[in-house]
Amino acid sequence: MRSYIPSYELLAPCDLAAALQNMSSEYGTWKPFAGGTDLMVLLEAGKLSQRKFINIYGLTELRGIEVTPHHILVGALTTYTEVRRHETLTREFPLLARAAAETGSIATQNRGTLGGNVANASPAADSPPALLVYDAELELVSSSCSRWLPYRDFWSGYKQVALRPDELIRCIRVPRPSKAHHWRQYYRKVGTRRAQAISKVCFAAAARIDSHRIRDVRIALASVAPTVFRAAETEKIMEGESPTPSLLRAAQETLAAEIAPIDDIRSTAYYRRRVSENLLAEFFDLLSA
Amino acid sequence: MSESAHKISVHCTVNGRALSIETYPMAPLLDVLREQAHLTGTKEGCGEGECGACAIEIDGLLVNSCLVPALQAEGAKIRTIEGVATENQLDAVQQAFLTHGGAQCGICTPGMILAAVNLLQRNAHPSDLEIREGLAGNLCRCTGYTKIFASIVEACRNMQQPTEPRT
Amino acid sequence: MEPRIIGTSVPRKEGRDKVTGAARYIDDISFPEMIYGLTVRSPAARGRIVNIHFEPTIPWNEFTIVTAKDIPGKNCIMLLIDDEPALADGFVNHPEEPILLLAHADKYLLEEARRAVHVEIDSAPAVFTLADSLTCKEVIWGRDNIFKSFHVEKGDIDSAWSSAAFIVEGEYETGAQEQLYIEPQGVIAKASPGEGVTVWGSLQCPHYVHKALLALFGLPKDRIRVVQTETGGGFGGKEEYPSMIAAHSALLAWKSGKPVKMIYDRAEDMLATTKRHPSRTIHRTGVTRDGKLVAMQIDFTIDGGAYQTLSPVVLSRGTIHAAGPYECANVRINSRAVATNTPPHGAFRGFGAPQSVFALERHLDRVAQVVGLAPEELRRRNFIQPGQTLAVHQVVRENVDMAGLMDRAFQLCDYHAKRKRFQQENRHNVIKKGIGFASFLHGAGFTGSGEEYLASEAALEVSGEGRVRIFAGSTEMGQGTNTVFTQIAAEALGIDCDQIEIVQPDTAQVPNSGPTVASRTTMIVGKLVETSARTVQKCLFDSGLLNRNYSAAEFKSACAAYIEKHGPLQSLTKYQYPHDLHWDDERYQGDAYGAYAWAVYVAEVSVDTRTAEVRVEDFVAVQEVGKVINPVLAAGQIEGGVAQGMGFALYENCVWQQGRMINGQMTNYIIPTSMDVPPIRVFFEEIPYERGPAGAKGIGELHLDGTAPAIANAIAHATGAEITRIPITAEVLLNILESVHV
Repeated sequence: MRSYIPSYELLAPCDLAAALQNMSSEYGTWKPFAGGTDLMVLLEAGKLSQRKFINIYGLTELRGIEVTPHHILVGALTTYTEVRRHETLTREFPLLARAAAETGSIATQNRGTLGGNVANASPAADSPPALLVYDAELELVSSSCSRWLPYRDFWSGYKQVALRPDELIRCIRVPRPSKAHHWRQYYRKVGTRRAQAISKVCFAAAARIDSHRIRDVRIALASVAPTVFRAAETEKIMEGESPTPSLLRAAQETLAAEIAPIDDIRSTAYYRRRVSENLLAEFFDLLSA
Repeated sequence: MSESAHKISVHCTVNGRALSIETYPMAPLLDVLREQAHLTGTKEGCGEGECGACAIEIDGLLVNSCLVPALQAEGAKIRTIEGVATENQLDAVQQAFLTHGGAQCGICTPGMILAAVNLLQRNAHPSDLEIREGLAGNLCRCTGYTKIFASIVEACRNMQQPTEPRT
Repeated sequence: MEPRIIGTSVPRKEGRDKVTGAARYIDDISFPEMIYGLTVRSPAARGRIVNIHFEPTIPWNEFTIVTAKDIPGKNCIMLLIDDEPALADGFVNHPEEPILLLAHADKYLLEEARRAVHVEIDSAPAVFTLADSLTCKEVIWGRDNIFKSFHVEKGDIDSAWSSAAFIVEGEYETGAQEQLYIEPQGVIAKASPGEGVTVWGSLQCPHYVHKALLALFGLPKDRIRVVQTETGGGFGGKEEYPSMIAAHSALLAWKSGKPVKMIYDRAEDMLATTKRHPSRTIHRTGVTRDGKLVAMQIDFTIDGGAYQTLSPVVLSRGTIHAAGPYECANVRINSRAVATNTPPHGAFRGFGAPQSVFALERHLDRVAQVVGLAPEELRRRNFIQPGQTLAVHQVVRENVDMAGLMDRAFQLCDYHAKRKRFQQENRHNVIKKGIGFASFLHGAGFTGSGEEYLASEAALEVSGEGRVRIFAGSTEMGQGTNTVFTQIAAEALGIDCDQIEIVQPDTAQVPNSGPTVASRTTMIVGKLVETSARTVQKCLFDSGLLNRNYSAAEFKSACAAYIEKHGPLQSLTKYQYPHDLHWDDERYQGDAYGAYAWAVYVAEVSVDTRTAEVRVEDFVAVQEVGKVINPVLAAGQIEGGVAQGMGFALYENCVWQQGRMINGQMTNYIIPTSMDVPPIRVFFEEIPYERGPAGAKGIGELHLDGTAPAIANAIAHATGAEITRIPITAEVLLNILESVHV
């Protein structure tokens, strides 16, 4: 343990209102603490500079999955295990189910939360690409107001998020797919080994094929830029076109230019770029099938 | 460095017994169990939630206790390796580990057995792939996992019949 | 008569405690008044310590602080030589080198204190690569950075080149590998000038630690005591390193007057302790048109880090294994261990052989390709036969049949059919499949006259109730020592396993059986246990108190009667070096090892060419090992070793920056999980070795030799890629695949 444990405070508010009250009255002082699967690792390593935390893990207002006719609302404290066990959510949002199953280990999945993952804003996270493909929206609440924000507008840079110091994520909302359409969906996480791996590249994508043409394509990636992101330029090139080899080449060139992979402890920029291009090709195989 | 946190009281149940301790809110539950509850069966292998040697059950869910702050154990129903065997006999998984070589140096074994027991509670007849997935958060450096898989398959077989009395 | 207990899978002796969480490892143990210790380490790779600043925010008067000046005896960790200081004194030679020690009762405050000590180093130019060390870019050790070198010569290689139809060259590299025992290093020490020094800890060799503490404290032998506690994995990583942490804990205990516990966290363990020596091997091989090896020239270099530690011995084993189980009349091996400014490298299962065997087995597949033979055919034409000599002039006396092992291995995995089928299927598939093998040998016991030098002892004592106690310095760390010794004694005495107790390895109680390393514990020490058991039995027979074919009850009453009449019933056996073995240390030739394990391993892989990810789909391990004493334990050794070999080949990449490991977390240093290992199928053949207990040889390490080259050869088969270094990371493999237009 490389941190001085007695210097860390963890408040235990009795409900959401009390938590938000603390966060606004002492603006910027208290940071939310959910499942701890990211923060406790930093604590152990002596890298957790924030000392004051507010425990939100027990707040029931942030739990639960609600199915409405047009949306599924996933409480911010929904764990990956709860995602995997929800029949409708996994059936209608298979990429999210895949992402949850590939996150850490079962022990991590039992504790880690979607909201915590979103707020932590790691560029290598596994669920965010799926959430981006599904046009997720976040409900952000403070003691004075609540607002909805499209998830794709959540970042301004590496670990820079649009969450104010007095706000919590209450839920993540995804629009349910229309039953009229058949989606082709693709998710692949490439790591060093087959389990408990931080991704080197993570690729999530979905599209419809309508009269041999690509419609409503969404492509999101992790670990190839300072944030997780939607490959908007690549989507534009592909939209309305047929999935031919020449379109693939053009799309790969666009994708290579759109991403900004780096050399780091885990992998190289070159590997990440080439693999991103190859995973796009795999997605194309699915579209051409 | 300043000591700004005050110790808190945490009340929980461990292996069926009530436990009340005073500790710092962010102290890892692993340390609390080992040092204050004197349950040293759960081990620290990495401190980063990778190796699973610290695995316990909280309210029936498998978790890495090195990543749980003590405050969040309030009201929890906890099971550690010491709570797997009953008064009279070893669990089927423990017995199978003995006969089928599931433990070598033994340091990963408590967490591994918790993971296996937890898996079999959720899925009494796991496939080979499901066994591997169930254990993927528990690293072993000695066995190559082969005899751990064999032990779990054996345990499944025996769970359909009554287990042998404690030898 | 068929053995009763030998050859059966008796459950692990200490298994029950392990599966119930009752087994007590060092961090589970506490003493009254115990305090905690930590090490302050060098931030720089090399240079002069100019200042140590203690921030005033810490109540330093509450702390015990130890520097080199506090060392009562000699400031060194005594091993082969005394070049490594226990604490740096004025100068540092590697990142993380220990400089001072702190102790306090409050663990949290202690860590704060560590952060509050600032060591200022005036950096000196350092050397970080094997290549730079060889060219003496800087001389950082001795006169030329060379810890040790060897020269092996057989036949007349200079004249042999002219008879070669093909000459094939190759250069191969292996990286460092972290042992990653799941239980980190840890000890507790009690020490005072009045009482001497006692250390308890997670360790493989209590007598090594004893020897190191003797020099450090300058105390007589009987005032130092070292006790091994339940050890959560070692693999060589707890062979020599524990002497360092034991020294530190003992120094803090000596100065503070309190018991001191030191447990490394994973980060410290990964950054500061030993790893497998990185290596570079250069092969130049002459072959006839028929594929007969006529000349093998091998240049082998290992990187030893900043201090010598065991590098000469690692080099020795790597050198002797470098030319493999093949017959070649003309061999030249030049090898050396060199210094770099990294934390010293040390023992890790295989101990030099995994490095040189990787190079050889990869190289021979390429030689086969040049000659136009299948890789197995090249081996078949060169496998050593009984009566022929190995590179170090050792005449093979064992009835080895390498071709037979190879054929069996191939049959078990349908090798020939797969070899053909994959080649065809790969043309149309994005996922390419391959199958490859390695054939190799691994010597058991210490090299040459090493066992004679060790002069190991083991003892056995029987009580009046017929209960047997075995006294040996050999340690259990998961490999099964306790169980195997029990089985050997039970078989020899004709009693049940539960009448036997293994005495905890404690230098005050057990004789020095030598270190628990080198695949020697069953073969050498087990034999001493067997002999002691037989001696005790003979004692009873000779006394007339026991007849042959006795029952358990008769044994018990004979023991009681014997002790009443004659006193203690015990036997101490000392190792006798066989007279028919000869080793010449000067010319480095002769009987290198008393016995070898012989093996052929086959790996089947699939390579996803889109991501260069490699999956090992199936693995077959066939080895001849003398006698398998406990099938479940023996197979467990092979399976675990194959998983470690997989890591060595594919995942375990140490990332270095200025001599410091920067991926020292389990998140970033990758070993296989349960999702990664293939079915590992283990098969034994047994040709009893008359000098081993019940015929057993050694099996603790061979699996690290053959696994990585089998996987590398399989990847080469799948993709045509030129694999010359491990680990084969996906990043490196992707580049190679693109260059062969896969």
